[in-house]
Amino acid sequence: MGEFANLLLGFQIALTPYNLGIAFIGIILGTIIGVLPGLGGANGVAILLPVTFTMPPTSAIILLTCVYWGALFGGAITSILFNIPGEPWSVATTFDGHPMARQGRGGQALTAAFTSSFVGAFFAIVLVSFFAGPLAELALKFGPPEFFAIQLLTFSAFVGLGGGSPVKTVASIFIGFILAAVGLDIVTGQLRLTFGSVELMRGFSFIVAVIGLFGLGEIFLSVEEGLELRGVTTRVRFREILATWRELLGYKRTFLRSAFIGFWMGFKPGGATPASFMSYGFAKRFSKHPEKFGTGTIEGVIAPETAAHAAGVAALLPMITLGIPGSPTAAVMLGGFLIWGLQPGPMLFKERPEFVWGLIASMYIGNVIGVLIVLLFVPAFAAILRIPFAILTPLIVFVCAIGAYAVSNAMLDIWYMLIFGVVGYVFKKLDYPLAPLVLALVLGDLAENALRQSLIMSQGNPGIFFWSPISAVITAAALLLFFWPLLAPLLRRTRGTPEPVAH
Amino acid sequence: MRKADVVCALFLLALGLLVVAEGLRLGIGWGTDGPRSGFLPFWLGVGLGVSSLIVLWQVLAARGAATRRFVGPGKLVPVMKVLIPAVGMVVLSQVLGLYVAGGLYMGAYMRWIGRHSWPLIVLLTVGIPVATFLIFEKWFLVSMPKGPIEAWLGY
Repeated sequence: MGEFANLLLGFQIALTPYNLGIAFIGIILGTIIGVLPGLGGANGVAILLPVTFTMPPTSAIILLTCVYWGALFGGAITSILFNIPGEPWSVATTFDGHPMARQGRGGQALTAAFTSSFVGAFFAIVLVSFFAGPLAELALKFGPPEFFAIQLLTFSAFVGLGGGSPVKTVASIFIGFILAAVGLDIVTGQLRLTFGSVELMRGFSFIVAVIGLFGLGEIFLSVEEGLELRGVTTRVRFREILATWRELLGYKRTFLRSAFIGFWMGFKPGGATPASFMSYGFAKRFSKHPEKFGTGTIEGVIAPETAAHAAGVAALLPMITLGIPGSPTAAVMLGGFLIWGLQPGPMLFKERPEFVWGLIASMYIGNVIGVLIVLLFVPAFAAILRIPFAILTPLIVFVCAIGAYAVSNAMLDIWYMLIFGVVGYVFKKLDYPLAPLVLALVLGDLAENALRQSLIMSQGNPGIFFWSPISAVITAAALLLFFWPLLAPLLRRTRGTPEPVAH
Repeated sequence: MRKADVVCALFLLALGLLVVAEGLRLGIGWGTDGPRSGFLPFWLGVGLGVSSLIVLWQVLAARGAATRRFVGPGKLVPVMKVLIPAVGMVVLSQVLGLYVAGGLYMGAYMRWIGRHSWPLIVLLTVGIPVATFLIFEKWFLVSMPKGPIEAWLGY
């Protein structure tokens, strides 16, 4: 029962007035970020990262995770009221959420969405609380080959599960690793890919890349589409909340199934989006009224929201236990660890228990505060989208520029941000996924060190990744996932089953 | 769309080749302390080159498939209207500091694109940079590039 004692310690830290205040601010900022077009979890956290440099690490991570929860809640508001999915995993929420809002049941849809998010997150946090310790314990026995195998699995998961074009995903991963290699090679002390330029010696900061790729890229896309915000006005009344809650009690199975799918898919990278679609699909299949899906049924809101939030929480599990992020947002937070003077990885549980358990406890608190705040202040958050676009656009560009500069007080970073913005815009249009690029940029050095150390251990024999049972299993799984896009059609042909219908 | 896809793939192919060349220059073999510096870049470059070739092949093989244009007619204009002033803001901030340049950028965009009234623009273009200044410089002690106006005010 060591977990309970640790969790109690965590709550003592997370419940101090200062940290509670931080959590409140984080949730409110996060929800605003989630509602604003062009800002999402990853770049919101990236822009706020410099602000945390002067904070104690535990408060810093509480702020950033609360921004993340807020952004997840905020995404539901835009999906339901404005039919604009802020993130790919809220696409499934629009299927039934927006029709409900159009029928005047917006309050009901929002209550259902927030409650489901909360339930999904809570389910996943309980699992994280009890799995994190043992997983970190196991990871302590890992050597370089195991770590490299896990990183291989991380990127293979994007190729195999990410959807979209597998080849373009692979290209994105390589671009990320190449950008990570720019600068000083810390093993040999040689300069790589700098082509004699002093500016390139610093390499590329992934925080700047995130702000450019996700923030500016998204702004360019939305001005091109001439974003027209025709939303539905809604107020959530207290009686409506209670009535909706009573109705939600009838969907216990949907909740449980979706939360499980979300957690299971979520700790693998890029899992939140497939989790939300999968859960929507399952809910439809097992529903008593499958014909109502797409026309505004409450089940169609519960399923994807529960799964997406459970997946969002689960994505933090590999970040805190292994030091390997499962999503771009987790990657940005992990970047923060190094800046706050923490070495990410399984040792964190031994060396800084107050940080890890404070973080886990704050997940409970953050989600409780989050669901209360969004339920109470929906009209205020929705009003943000009524601010004229010509005011929001330059404001977001300005905020992005500040965030990019603050990372390392370099003017050049603002230029990089603009370039990454254009690249993000082009890649988004051509369906090159951005998340694997960012993750590769973050993990580049770690992965290269793990690979080199492994090869040194084996005198250059790549077979080392199959020598220990753990790394053999993980490497085999990684290879299977990587070649899945090639294998799946073959399997289907031999079995004679039809192609799955895409959503 | 196809043209853009081809151009992008060719660009990535060139990037891959550049990285391969750099890898070869640094040495891809086995040094005294394990793989040499160029080892990973070389294979990364090869990987990027190969995947961009596959993309090229896929795009060219999908002849006659329904293609939509990369950017609809006239749709690039609003994008440029954001990008070019943003470049201007960055250039200006090297002289005037980020706060003043940012304020000017926001004001220009609001007037030019949004046709908002002058009082509102003045309120926002002064208020937002001042608020950001207080939050970053005073509260979180993060310093931004500053220009003559901040110097004149004593910062």
